[in-house]
Amino acid sequence: MPKPLYLDFEQPVAELEGRIEELRHLSGDDPGGVTVAEEVARLKTRMEKQIRLIYGRLTPWQRTQVARHPERPHCLNYINGLIENFTPLAGDRIFGEDTAITGGLGRFRGRSVMVLGHEKGHDTESRVHHAFGMPRPEGYRKAERLMRLADHFKLPVITLIDTAGAYPDIEAEARGQARAIACCLETCLDLRVPFISVIIGEGGSGGALALAAANTVLMLENAVYSVISPEGCAAALWPSGGQVQMAAEALRLTATDLLALGVVDAIVPEPLGGAHRTPAEAIANVETALNNALRELTTLEGGILRARRREKFLRMGREPWEP
Amino acid sequence: MNWLTNYVRPKILQLVRPRDESENLWVKCPQCGHMIFHKDLKRTFRVCSYCNHHLRLSARMRLAMLFDDNGFTCIELPQTDPDPLKFRDMKRYVDRLREAQNQTGEHDAIIVAHGTMGGIPVVVAVFNVEFLRGSMGTAVGEGLVAAAELAILQEAPLVVVPAASGLRMQEGVLSLMQMARTTIAVDKVKEKGLPFLVVLTNPTLGGVAGSFAMLGDIVLAEPGAMIGFSGTRVVEQTMHEKVPEDFQRAEYLLSHGMLDMVVPRSQLRDVLLKLVKLLRYPLPPGEVIDLLSRTELPPLFENPPVPSSSPSVSPEQPEAV
Repeated sequence: MPKPLYLDFEQPVAELEGRIEELRHLSGDDPGGVTVAEEVARLKTRMEKQIRLIYGRLTPWQRTQVARHPERPHCLNYINGLIENFTPLAGDRIFGEDTAITGGLGRFRGRSVMVLGHEKGHDTESRVHHAFGMPRPEGYRKAERLMRLADHFKLPVITLIDTAGAYPDIEAEARGQARAIACCLETCLDLRVPFISVIIGEGGSGGALALAAANTVLMLENAVYSVISPEGCAAALWPSGGQVQMAAEALRLTATDLLALGVVDAIVPEPLGGAHRTPAEAIANVETALNNALRELTTLEGGILRARRREKFLRMGREPWEP
Repeated sequence: MNWLTNYVRPKILQLVRPRDESENLWVKCPQCGHMIFHKDLKRTFRVCSYCNHHLRLSARMRLAMLFDDNGFTCIELPQTDPDPLKFRDMKRYVDRLREAQNQTGEHDAIIVAHGTMGGIPVVVAVFNVEFLRGSMGTAVGEGLVAAAELAILQEAPLVVVPAASGLRMQEGVLSLMQMARTTIAVDKVKEKGLPFLVVLTNPTLGGVAGSFAMLGDIVLAEPGAMIGFSGTRVVEQTMHEKVPEDFQRAEYLLSHGMLDMVVPRSQLRDVLLKLVKLLRYPLPPGEVIDLLSRTELPPLFENPPVPSSSPSVSPEQPEAV
């Protein structure tokens, strides 16, 4: 098993886990196995307590780091865990195929759905292959095509959001990144089928929203969703630099903040120590939340789904927010 | 409006406000460096008469330029929470807002006006790039929603002239949501069959470009305007190289198929008017028939239908093809 990756504020946990591993290794040729087992159990309780302590008071910047954790389950992990008969579909039919957005048909709890999302990749090779989950116009045009396809066949749409933002290079701009995002967003707001978004990691500005203007927007406990990255915000507003923590705080990008702002509809709890510690549990929690949301939406007629979605987004920022 | 702008008399504000460029007799063209006399600059709506460079035009001058006899009526925009996140960086956001309001004399970065263009009622929403770099927050979103509603109410075409560096980060994710909101607003105008025309001006970037600005029925741009989703600096950081000089300029977008045309400011009003007329009045002008001087009326049909002599003919067997 590869060594797990620890964030800097997880160091106390790393130390305890290291000691547990050490003891386990020793107990192999130790006659006094019982005392070792006792010690391991004791350390485990301490570790759990430590994790609870750390994760109970994560700062917005620490949460951003958790949301970007490389071992956190990504789009494809959720698809593999939740969608049967997943059949990936490719291409925008105009220019190319963008693997930063992955999507296709499949069954969620027996029901045919269109599922798509940003895929970041899990190792260097796959990260490069998926362009770090940062789509170019082809990706957004593909997403638009898949959503229209779902609309045509009256299938619910599920999107999984996890991106730092749209890919910022010359090629993307030359092929109309702005227009592609605008059209994708317009399509989201036009669908006459149940549409659910789950922010599973990073919701990076317009590149995320282009797939996330849904009837129900779910957000994982440690995910973040913001108009700009804390780094970008800090660079723009704190010219002296190094104020990324303050920027993260000021932006109000955590799930609790966004629920209070009315931007997300529900928070999906994560297992102790974040989704990266026990991915299976995180995926199961998303399944429950998705199922609840879908059950509610599938009772509604297409025109009503569209109208309600539009009303919801049209209201945003109109009502004053009470902190 | 806050208490300060209401309370402090305009004449006192004049003393505090930085001097308007129009008060300087000569303005240096940022492109060719020529000194331009202020009256010439005003006459050309701030286009350099030497190199044709389009200088920044204030929102109110733009409105005056577009409407008949330079006359228009601004509408009051619905109030929004001025600081929904209680945002604070080096300064408090409310202070930044107040500063911008005092400097520009405007409430936020958008002005919505209605009036006539060539006798046709139109609604125009113009961004004021001098107000916090024209960034879009909840108040700007509200302005666009109001503009769309007004256009629908008046059955008038909607013209939007964005000039924005992107979304207003001090309003966080609520600014982001304005992308969805403005998209719905302009869609409503389009659904009613009313023309939605966009004139992209320098700069139109980020979330503004990534929403309503690129969704116009027809999209025009001013020469040299910077238009794109990602800022040049970010692109250069990703690519680790300098971008070409014309990158993200209006002409570049035109050649990449992202715009309908690049229109010089001097022709903007005429082009908009022509488009509005073409879209709103699609039928040919009615023909006037002088009934008194004609002895007989023109036939109702070119070839009057001849009544069939044998109405009950059994249908013939169709020939095999």
